Amino acid sequence: MSDNASKNTTGHVWDEDLAELTNPLPNWWLWAFYITIIFSVVYWIIYPAWPMGKSFTKGMGNTITYVNNKGETKTTHWNMRAKLMKETNEAVAAQKPWFDKVAATPFEEISKNAELMQFVQSAGKTLFSENCAACHMAGGQGKLGLAPNLVDDSWIFGGTYEKIQETITIGRHGIMPPKGGSQINDEQIAQVANYVLSLSGEPHDAEAAKAGDAIFHGEGMCAACHGPDAKGIPEMGSANLTDKIWLWADVPGAPDQVAKVKAVSEVITNGLSRGKMPAWGGRLSPEQIKVLTVYVHDTLGGGK
Amino acid sequence: MKHDKIERNLGLLMVLTMLAISVGGLVEIVPLFFIKDTVETVKTADGKEMIRPYTPLELRGRDIYIREGCYTCHSQMIRPFRDEALRYGHYSLAAESKYDHPFQWGSKRTGPDLARVGGKYSNDWHVQHLIAPRSMVPESVMPNYPWLMSPLDTSDIADRMSALRITGVPYSKGEAEYRQNVQTFGEEVAKMLRIEDAEANLRAQAVSGNYDNNPNDITEMDALVAYLQVLGTMVDFSKFDDDYFVQFR
Ligand code: HEC
Ligand code: HEC
Ligand code: HEC
Repeated sequence: MSDNASKNTTGHVWDEDLAELTNPLPNWWLWAFYITIIFSVVYWIIYPAWPMGKSFTKGMGNTITYVNNKGETKTTHWNMRAKLMKETNEAVAAQKPWFDKVAATPFEEISKNAELMQFVQSAGKTLFSENCAACHMAGGQGKLGLAPNLVDDSWIFGGTYEKIQETITIGRHGIMPPKGGSQINDEQIAQVANYVLSLSGEPHDAEAAKAGDAIFHGEGMCAACHGPDAKGIPEMGSANLTDKIWLWADVPGAPDQVAKVKAVSEVITNGLSRGKMPAWGGRLSPEQIKVLTVYVHDTLGGGK
Repeated sequence: MKHDKIERNLGLLMVLTMLAISVGGLVEIVPLFFIKDTVETVKTADGKEMIRPYTPLELRGRDIYIREGCYTCHSQMIRPFRDEALRYGHYSLAAESKYDHPFQWGSKRTGPDLARVGGKYSNDWHVQHLIAPRSMVPESVMPNYPWLMSPLDTSDIADRMSALRITGVPYSKGEAEYRQNVQTFGEEVAKMLRIEDAEANLRAQAVSGNYDNNPNDITEMDALVAYLQVLGTMVDFSKFDDDYFVQFR
């Protein structure tokens, strides 16, 4: 050590015997360094690199050819956007036969075709997880106060292929004005709530329900939207009040009759406008929406 | 040895280090001011700019987004890769953040990219999700932001817009600038950019939009959700060929 120090040091000495060596760099390191310099020069030549006034060097002998949506073939200097066009072209070409088949096949036939259904299941699952699961939950079971169950047989807007396709494409927004737009008072609201609970066999006060029946079909104007049989009207997206399925009023979670009446009364008093299903027509292609439609109808199940 | 001189003279070392580093900055940044194509041209058929500055309410929302540090987990930059295009949509344009000071591109993605989250979910979803993310997405690690339901301070909105105006965002002061904006963006947008009407515009949008499902108060939630809902929605990509934006690179 001390030999070395006398020969190849910077000449500084700290704390009596601490010196700094000035040995040459190891060869492997030096060569790696030279190679990175050579690499960067090659890179500058092949890829877009140096700014030149109002433009930049575009790279030599390195072009990308792609086809755009008008069917025009274009060749341009290497850049990420063109590269994406080309890769998308290739990927679309690989999936195209499948999407074409889905697009060309009527809904009813798709579900009978095992091969196509396999495609729908895998493509549909990905699309559903990314776009729909945040509201309808991963399995499509929905969530009280947020978004309806897509697995069951009950449909607010209609469960045919065509209706589901329409729902996904243009979105939905069922609106119920406070008190259904009527002038009924709190006592009448409690009565009609009892009537609504009686329709699905929930605990209720029979006498109040009888008065509620009259209000539902009369002064309260409920029947105008929910139908005289209270089964809902798909065109309006009004809920079917005769089944055990609740989307907004937390009837299943309410422990007793008083709490159930309160839950339903609250919905009637405040009305509803929160249930907004976004429109996907602008975000997803018609083929993707068709895949999702079949996925919702057949894979999640419960098409009617 | 010359090197010796530099290393032993701290002032000189600092000056020379600074010079060496700024070469990189000069070569990378300065040309962008001269290369015309950096910021894409994004216009409607009748020649109006599609990308507009934020409305007063959206701008307040953006400031809350920055205040709460949402950018520490969310980027706003969809890169031109196929996996990102499939998941998030069209890659981000430089033009889409031309009025962002500072931009929110980011690079840390603990949560998903938000550059095109506008319109993806309902207002109601955002409100519930921001108050309690795990009530919507059980495995989420995003923090709760319940205090966003508190009232929004709208008094300083004109100052915020004036500050941005100095950096070049075309919020208008006076009739001449307003008329210029009518030409560039159309009348409807231009009205929203008037600094004179800032607070009134902010309140009107919050009341009519009712983003937080609470019609009585204007809350920070109104502003933040209005901001989230506009992200990535200004450009109508269906109006362009799918390779229109390739020519700008
Ligand atoms: C922001 C939350 C949200 C997202 C995301 C969402 N939905 Fe919905 N969806 C709803 C709500 C809320 C309703 C009920 C609307 C109403 O009752 O007015 C609904 C209704 C539906 C219906 C009609 C159900 C019925 O009973 O008639 C279908 C089908 C549906 N959604 C499918 C989808 C699909 C497919 C996706 C993904 C592409 C999706 N939804 C994404 C909130 C959402
Ligand atoms: C203007 C049409 C309209 C009128 C009038 C109306 N409703 Fe509704 N109602 C709806 C719609 C639409 C929904 C579903 C909203 C949604 O899913 O977003 C609904 C939902 C409900 C629900 C919630 C069901 C659930 O699943 O939680 C109840 C309860 C209800 N209505 C009761 C009533 C009663 C009682 C009246 C009369 C006082 C009434 N409605 C009047 C349109 C109406
Ligand atoms: C600790 C990191 C973290 C912070 C800070 C954070 N988020 Fe998130 N965010 C996430 C994660 C993880 C997800 C994905 C799971 C979920 O949806 O909750 C997410 C999801 C989201 C989504 C849904 C995106 C989509 O496409 O599904 C939105 C919108 C969002 N965050 C907004 C915000 C806003 C606004 C803030 C600031 C007030 C914020 N986040 C702060 C981690 C974070």
